Amino acid sequence: MENAAFQGLIGLSLAMYLWLISAGLTIIFGVLRIVNFAHGSLFMVGAYLTYTFYGPAGLPFGVAIVLALLGTGLLGLVMERLLARIYHIDEAYQLLLTFGFILILDDAVKIVWGGLFRIPPVPEFLEGSWPVFGRAFPVYNGFVIAVGIAVAFLLWAVFEKTWWGRIVRATAADREMASAIGVNVPRVFSGVFALGAMLAALGGAIGTPVRVAAPGIGAAMIIQAFIITVIGGLGNLKGAFVSSLIVGVLSAYGTLYFPVFELFFIFVIMAVVLLIRPQGLFTR
Amino acid sequence: MTDLLATQGLSKRFGDFVAMNGVTLGLPAGRLTAIIGPNGAGKTTFINLATGAHLPDTGTVFFKGEAITRLAVHRRIRKGLSRSFQIMNIFAQLSVLENMLVPVLARHGRAGIPSHRIERESAAIAEARALLREIGLSGEERLRAGALSHGDQRLLELGIAVAPAPELCFLDEPSSGLTPVERARVLDLIRRFSAERRTTFVIVEHDMDVVFSLAQWIVVMNRGQVLAEGPPAEIRENRAVREVYLGELA
Amino acid sequence: MTGRLSRRAATLVALLVVALFLLPWVAGHYPVYLAMQILILAVFSLGFNLLFGYTGLLSFGQAGFFAVGAYGCAKILLAVPNLLLGILGGVAAAGVAALLLGILSVRHTRIYFSMLTLAFGMMIFSIAWKWRDYTGGDDGLVGVPRAPLEIPGVFTVSVAALDRYYYVVLVLSLVAIYVMHRLVHSPLGLTLQAIRDSEVRAEFAGVPVRKYRLAAFTIAGLYAGLAGALLPPLENTVTPPIAHWSTSAEPVLATLMGGIHAFSGPIVGAFLFLVIKDVIFRFTEYWLIWFGVIVVALVLGFPGGVMSIFEKRARAAPRDEEPA
Repeated sequence: MENAAFQGLIGLSLAMYLWLISAGLTIIFGVLRIVNFAHGSLFMVGAYLTYTFYGPAGLPFGVAIVLALLGTGLLGLVMERLLARIYHIDEAYQLLLTFGFILILDDAVKIVWGGLFRIPPVPEFLEGSWPVFGRAFPVYNGFVIAVGIAVAFLLWAVFEKTWWGRIVRATAADREMASAIGVNVPRVFSGVFALGAMLAALGGAIGTPVRVAAPGIGAAMIIQAFIITVIGGLGNLKGAFVSSLIVGVLSAYGTLYFPVFELFFIFVIMAVVLLIRPQGLFTR
Repeated sequence: MTDLLATQGLSKRFGDFVAMNGVTLGLPAGRLTAIIGPNGAGKTTFINLATGAHLPDTGTVFFKGEAITRLAVHRRIRKGLSRSFQIMNIFAQLSVLENMLVPVLARHGRAGIPSHRIERESAAIAEARALLREIGLSGEERLRAGALSHGDQRLLELGIAVAPAPELCFLDEPSSGLTPVERARVLDLIRRFSAERRTTFVIVEHDMDVVFSLAQWIVVMNRGQVLAEGPPAEIRENRAVREVYLGELA
Repeated sequence: MTGRLSRRAATLVALLVVALFLLPWVAGHYPVYLAMQILILAVFSLGFNLLFGYTGLLSFGQAGFFAVGAYGCAKILLAVPNLLLGILGGVAAAGVAALLLGILSVRHTRIYFSMLTLAFGMMIFSIAWKWRDYTGGDDGLVGVPRAPLEIPGVFTVSVAALDRYYYVVLVLSLVAIYVMHRLVHSPLGLTLQAIRDSEVRAEFAGVPVRKYRLAAFTIAGLYAGLAGALLPPLENTVTPPIAHWSTSAEPVLATLMGGIHAFSGPIVGAFLFLVIKDVIFRFTEYWLIWFGVIVVALVLGFPGGVMSIFEKRARAAPRDEEPA
């Protein structure tokens, strides 16, 4: 029984990680109608930047993360400006362009940081574990859960309560109408894209101490993030949160009782959802 | 006369918006019907539900006595339904002749043949060419469809709609965006097809001149329901209809 | 619309084919090896472009079927050293995989479709990597023989020599190219293009769009499988990276460079891709970044690829090259 409860907590931390990596993707799609293929690359850059600022540069953990977010946000802005040039052509070309970004960034990190993976140290105040349900629950996992919930709350607050949030929602609902009433739509797009990039970077930054900064981590991440957003409904933030919870917790229990499952599990869930309800669980 | 297409209690909502609210309508063969109504009345939704582009929430669609409410679009086409689109929907990269060939080949069940050159499909090509002659685009048969003028594209759109030799064909605003000359050509074509082939046209239109010059029967829709229907003269005099349109009728 | 080549193009093709047959006589092993890689990539890319250029479906997971073809062929050759059997088996396995995954994928719109193909491709990569008992894990399968071409009881031809195996690859590739040419100029080819231009209109013209997409997806999978199956006898090993998305990128890049809208685009692109990659490799191991730059430049400036330069001249003229 305690084992199950403990696994549930593990599942929760996995869920919050999945939430962090998918939030940005679904926001960008919801507003710009673009699937940012290079989302995984932004995640990877965030991981690498955090490693560099926190590890070799020796900056405090919080500062390192903020710098990594800013750096990746800037990169996101550059990407968005390039994408903006082809907003009006067939969406296949948008996918191809973001695909080109992946190719560039994947090699770029190898050039800058070398091909080996980097394992940054865990900050001291997050080391160790708490005794929970009779087992040792890593403090870091608790940290991930806290960040995930904080981000969820923050995003909710921004989109529901702030003026900018309302503008973004209006633009997402009808960009032509928004433009007609004076909204600077290109500016909104840039801002949203940068936000999405920063969320991806946050996922990479937080994810690193328990995962690893390595070339190619972006690929696994984008697939996971995409599956989560598909299940929740592309563009649906609440859906992404809920589906992260579902997949995270189910995955944790699944691998506990059926270890072989780990390979397939997320694909199986995706296939099942797509067969039964292709628009995702929560479309608007 | 038994209806070619009939609907019963057809309803559809998109989120909070009620697009269609219990439409029961009969469309007999051989009678050119026009569906009119203000924006948002549900005219295009009706076409979408009848042809299968959307599935209704409740209600039934009958075609030639058979319930087709949830039948796949391409199967409805095979049964004799067809439609044209309000927003131009042609195969832009294909040539004009190829645009015609696609529905013709599909009708003959030959669209999937992978083994020989398309030039060998002489029967289909002849039929496609004949259609092009009827709509007056023979000279452009090798042009890329996307390069045609707006008016010619409309004609092509019409041609693709009638190529499957449908018994009932919905035309969604066939005259929109056309110059008077082009409009005359389209109307002429509709009259000719109506008379010479076995096709019954149901036209959604905003242009009242077009409506009154073509229609033998008018259905007026408003807010997802049928407001009135009858011969043109009757509809003209109908008070409720005039109220809804408020001066749009002559 | 006509599938018949103009006299100029036909002569060019004939000359090229003759040159390819003469290659081992006039060149050393390296050019022959490079030519085989080009032919394999050309077949791979032709299948990809049937999906993309002709049907409008952008797949980032074709390497999955390439890998199924390769591993399938390798497993067969390790058990029964019969080249024809190995290749046929690999192709068949890839076709089945494409059919099954296609059923799940083609019901979706283009963005979903593209992402799904990426996911499925990486799923196959993951299986190749982790299923040690069957695929050898990250060591892969080694010692795959360049088995003889044989029909038991009828004939046996050894193709162990590189030059000999080259002819196997050449003939099979030429056949595959010919078949694809017939296909895209057939009614099926036209219908697929119609689906690309407007799937709604195609549906309303009476075309069961989903079925046709599945057909295109399966054919693309078969071609990827053929390309993959030709690899193990050449390299004598099969390892998981051939299922990775970076391998899926190769037909995408090749076709983009050569031209999406021309039949020969993927073939020209395969040549360009491998030659440029070869050149880049002499200077640096980081080839992805350069191709990334090429992709970005192409998409922003020149989406039609190399062949579009020729197409632009023809654009003013009617679509046919000869009177119908």
